Amino acid sequence: MTALSALIRRDIRIALRVGGGALIGVLFFLTVVVLMPFAVGPDLALLSRLGPAILWLGALLASLLTLDRLFMADHEDGSLDLITMSRTPLELACAAKALAHWLAAGLPLIVATPVLGLLLNLDMVATGAVALTLLAGTPALTFTGMIGAALAVTLHRGGLLMAVLVLPLSIPVLIFGVAASQAVIVGPMTFGAPFSILCALSLVSLVVGPFAAAASLRHGLD
Amino acid sequence: MTLIDLANPTRFLALTARVLPWLAAATVILLAIGLYQSALAPDDYQQGATVKIMFIHVPNAWLSMFVWGVMSIASLGTLVWRHPLADVAAKAAAPIGAAFTFLALLTGSLWGRPMWGTYWEWDARLTSVLILFLMYLGLMALWRAVDDPSRAARAAAVLTLVGAINLPIIKFSVDWWNTLHQPASVMRMGGSALDKSFLIPLLVMAIAFTLLFVTLHLAAMRNEILRRRVRSLQMMQASRIAFSSESGSRGESASNEVGAA
Repeated sequence: MTALSALIRRDIRIALRVGGGALIGVLFFLTVVVLMPFAVGPDLALLSRLGPAILWLGALLASLLTLDRLFMADHEDGSLDLITMSRTPLELACAAKALAHWLAAGLPLIVATPVLGLLLNLDMVATGAVALTLLAGTPALTFTGMIGAALAVTLHRGGLLMAVLVLPLSIPVLIFGVAASQAVIVGPMTFGAPFSILCALSLVSLVVGPFAAAASLRHGLD
Repeated sequence: MTLIDLANPTRFLALTARVLPWLAAATVILLAIGLYQSALAPDDYQQGATVKIMFIHVPNAWLSMFVWGVMSIASLGTLVWRHPLADVAAKAAAPIGAAFTFLALLTGSLWGRPMWGTYWEWDARLTSVLILFLMYLGLMALWRAVDDPSRAARAAAVLTLVGAINLPIIKFSVDWWNTLHQPASVMRMGGSALDKSFLIPLLVMAIAFTLLFVTLHLAAMRNEILRRRVRSLQMMQASRIAFSSESGSRGESASNEVGAA
């Protein structure tokens, strides 16, 4: 347990310091959201209708872009080999790393959501709904994305290949995240049904992600 | 004859060389029967002659999912049992599966044009098949991204199994998404039980296409084994050339030894 908490603390510290780059995700998120009005026009009514979708897409892309740092830096300086060979089960170590990554790179996105919601003409309730669904859904993005990051680090290929592999897997999260936010804003739907499915997706990826990532690291690193 | 006996590639090549002509012949005969029967099948009272696209479309759609199942079993073979031919099977199946999925999409949109009035509809079933197609392409990109086949095999096996877990979830969520956006706007076929005059040609075509897949898959596996042999021979030759040019006459005698061995 102490090994895992030490790993989490170490990863967060590295991510937040100079060269860590966790906060670049927030900057990217901001840029994507600012670009959107230039594409669809400055119509505030339209923007508030598209708002949840824009925020969700921005958060999805931002969390995808920061993912390749999850194992890459550790692989370069050799500490990934130490983690692989240590007595802590690799599955737990992967889960701890993903948790640290989510705390360092995922939470800032959610904190930034209210400000960005302001830009998109979302009211308080809508912004709260989007932030809440992001809070429930981004762990799923990180934990499924971790599989892609593990594959990328064993293959020494990152970037586009990882995006192509991970994006189809994140479609369910996108669907239910946007649906739950829309249910609060316009829909006749209840908020509960899509939101609880979103939580279920996060829990499933919490189980599947570490095992798949650990399997790919164990088979791929040599 | 168990699966482990096939672990020797040479024995596998010998066996498939004997089996393949029979499989190919059976495929051709069944395809001919199926096509003849579907040509004879009556027109639908609502859809007219376009219903006959179904006889091609449904087997393709069925195989698009079946091939992912085959690849998942092969991936288990790679990761769990370390069967030497499992990754060959998985690699050979991916492009064939992608082709079947593409044909299912193509025939579906050709059928959709006269029936729905549009080539593409964000119908739940179409959308999930499109995502399946994207995942096939991603898997093929993964195979092509790495030059060492055994390393690529393990990565692709992990991805295939993750996909096998995720595909039902994606299918479910796309169904849910579509009913939310446009409730019951598209006409569905197959809501009622199929008439016998349609069912029998459809079954024959399904079996024929499955045989076609088995034939193509075995042939592609043979090609892959031969391709790997060519690759290792080329690498041996390249290292021999590098070795002999590096150390003059001493290398030449050594390369002769390698050649004799």
